[in-house]
Amino acid sequence: MNSKLGLLIRLALIRPRFTIGYLIVASVLLVAILAPIIAPYSPTEADSQNFLQPPSAAHLFGTDNVGMDIFSRAIYAPRIDLTIAILGTLLSSVIGSSIGAVVGFYGSGRGIRVWLSFAIMRAADVLQAFPIFVFAIALVASLGQSIQTVVLAIAFVNAPIYLRLMRSQVLSIRSMRYVEASQVNGLSDTRTIIRHVIPNAMAPVLAQLSINIGWGIVLTAALSFVGAGVRAPTPEWGSMIAMGFQNVVTGQWWPSMIPGAMLAITVFGFSLVGASIEFLVDPSKRRELLSQARERRGHAGVPMEDA
Amino acid sequence: MSTVLTIDNLYKHFPIAGSKQVVQAINGVSLTIEPGETLGLVGESGSGKTTVGRCIVGLIEPSAGTIHFRDADLALRQRHKRELAGKIQLVFQEPNESLDPRRKIGDTISEPLLPLRLDRETRRRRTADALRLVRLQPDLLDAYPSELSSGQQQRVGIARAMVTEPELVVLDEPTSALDPTARAEIIDLLRRIQSERHTAYLFISHDLSTVRFISHRVAVMYLGMIVEQGSAETVFNRPQHPYSSGLLSSVMLPHPHLKIESSVSLKGEIPSPINLPKGCFLASRCPFVIDRCRHEMPPAETVGERHTVHCFRHKDVAASVPASDTFNVFMKEAERILGRTVPSGVKPSLHQPTT
Repeated sequence: MNSKLGLLIRLALIRPRFTIGYLIVASVLLVAILAPIIAPYSPTEADSQNFLQPPSAAHLFGTDNVGMDIFSRAIYAPRIDLTIAILGTLLSSVIGSSIGAVVGFYGSGRGIRVWLSFAIMRAADVLQAFPIFVFAIALVASLGQSIQTVVLAIAFVNAPIYLRLMRSQVLSIRSMRYVEASQVNGLSDTRTIIRHVIPNAMAPVLAQLSINIGWGIVLTAALSFVGAGVRAPTPEWGSMIAMGFQNVVTGQWWPSMIPGAMLAITVFGFSLVGASIEFLVDPSKRRELLSQARERRGHAGVPMEDA
Repeated sequence: MSTVLTIDNLYKHFPIAGSKQVVQAINGVSLTIEPGETLGLVGESGSGKTTVGRCIVGLIEPSAGTIHFRDADLALRQRHKRELAGKIQLVFQEPNESLDPRRKIGDTISEPLLPLRLDRETRRRRTADALRLVRLQPDLLDAYPSELSSGQQQRVGIARAMVTEPELVVLDEPTSALDPTARAEIIDLLRRIQSERHTAYLFISHDLSTVRFISHRVAVMYLGMIVEQGSAETVFNRPQHPYSSGLLSSVMLPHPHLKIESSVSLKGEIPSPINLPKGCFLASRCPFVIDRCRHEMPPAETVGERHTVHCFRHKDVAASVPASDTFNVFMKEAERILGRTVPSGVKPSLHQPTT
C-alpha cells in the first residue's frame, strides 16, 4: 500500500492536473464535513427580510429569493449530493460487477446458464438504450420521490456499465491457469470467483468508480433541478439552481451560478481522480507515463531521481 | 497395491461453434498407471495428450469411455469428492500463468488443503513442508509470483501439487517453458519426490529425451490414439510402430556422437482431426502402408509384456530399424554429468507392477 501511495504522489507530480483533481475532491469533502462549523447561517432558515441580497460581507454569496444564505446552503449541499452519488455508485458497482462476474464465468459452453446470461446481457442492453435521464425520472415517478429513490436510480442506471466491465474482465481471467488450478484443487466455483477471479478483475472497476461518482452528482442535481429529486429546502445544488434560475434574467445571477459553478468544479475533480486511478491500476499506461516523464526530465537536463 | 489410474476407451469430441462438425481430439485411449510409476505421454502438438490429462483432473468431461482412480469412477467425481480430495493433482506447462499474481506463494501452495478441512496449524506446517520438498527458501512464503524466476515458479506449482500428498500427478509439459538448467533441476526434483513418496506420474511432453529420462513406461499418441505403449526402454530402443519410429528419429540428442538410426521418415501433413480418414490415421504418411491400412483400423496387438502396438506390420517396422541403445548411452552420459545432482538409486528402471 505504501508503494501505491508513493506512486500516487509521483503521478500527481508528473501530471499536475491529477493534483488539481485530488485538491478539488479533498476540499469538497472537507467542506462538506466541516459545514456546520464553517456555515455562518442555517442552510434551511429563511430570512424573509433579506431576500435576493447580492454577495456582501454579511452574506458572502448573497441570499436567494426566500432569503436563505447561499454560502451556507452551497457548502451543506455536497453532504446530500456526494452521499447520494457515492451510495448510488457503490450500489451499482456491487450489483453490476457481481452479476457481471457470474455471467462472465458461466456465460460460455452450453445449457441453461448460457441462455440466462444471454438474457441478462440483453436486459442490460435495454437498460442502456434508454436515455439515462428519462429512465431515472421514470424510476422516481414509479417509486416515489425520496433520497433512496435517487440512490436507486443512480444504481440502476450505472449497473450495466459495471456488468459489462466485469464480464469482459472475467471472460479473460476465467481461462487463466490459476483459475483452472483452483478448480483442480477442489474449490467450489463461488470460492474460486471470490478468491481469484474478482480480485484480478477489480482494477478497471475501481477506475470507473470515481468517474461515475462525478456523473452521479450531475444526475442527482439534474433530477432535483426538474423537481424529481431532492426537495427545495434541503440544501442541494440542483434544486438551488432551479430555485434561482428565473432570477438570472433579471440580473440576480448568484442564486443559480454559485451552486452551478461548485457542481461543475466538483464533477471535474472526480473525473480527474478517475483518470489518475486508471493510470494507477493499468501497469502499461503507468509505465508509459513514467517513461515519458523521465524522458522529458532527461531533455531538460535535470538529473533523474529514482523513487 | 492396485492400479492407480485406469483409462478405458476414452473419447473426447469438441463441438465446433456454428457447425455440426466436431474436433475428434481423443479417439479411444486406454492406459493404466501403477503406483509409483511414471507414464510418459508423448506426441506432437494437437495429438490430444493434454486433453487426456485435462480429462483425468476433471477440467474436461470425456465424451465416452471411463476413467477410474483406484476403484472410483471419475465420471461420478462429485459423489467421491471426499475421498478424491487432493489425490489427483496437476502441474501446468506455464509456470507464470498458473500462479495467481495477487496471492502470496504460501497462499497459493496451501490452496489444495482448503477443501480438506484441516486446522490452520496443520495447513501451515504442510505448506512449509511442501516448500522444503521443492527446495525453496522458507522466506518465499510471503513473496509474490512476480518476484520469482520461472524455475522457482514451477517449483511453487509442484509444491502446490504435492502439498496434499497426491497418489497421481498429471505433469502437463512441466519443463517445456523452462531453460535447460531449470529443466534438469525440475526433472531431478520430480524423480526425487517420486522415490520418496511413491507418487505416480503422468508425464505429458513432446520432449522425448526428457520423457526417456523420467518415464518407466511410454505411450505414443497420434491424432487422439495411443499407437504404441510399452516400457520406455523397449519403445525407445526398438519402436514397433512407424509413427513412434518416425518421432524418435526426429529427436536430436545433445551429444555430438549420439545419433538415432531410423529408416522411417514420415511424409506429408497430419490429417485434420475434424475429418479423420477411415482405417489407420497414419496410412497417408506411412512408408510401410499396405492396402489393408486404408480400410481397417489396426487393433491393439500385444507384442511383449505390457507392450501394445496398433499396426498390422509392426514386425516389419521393428525389423527395419537396428535396435539402438542410443538413448541408454545418452542417459548414462547424462547421469554421469549430473552425477552430483541425481541421487543414486533413482534410476528409471523398468517398473515391475506388483500383482
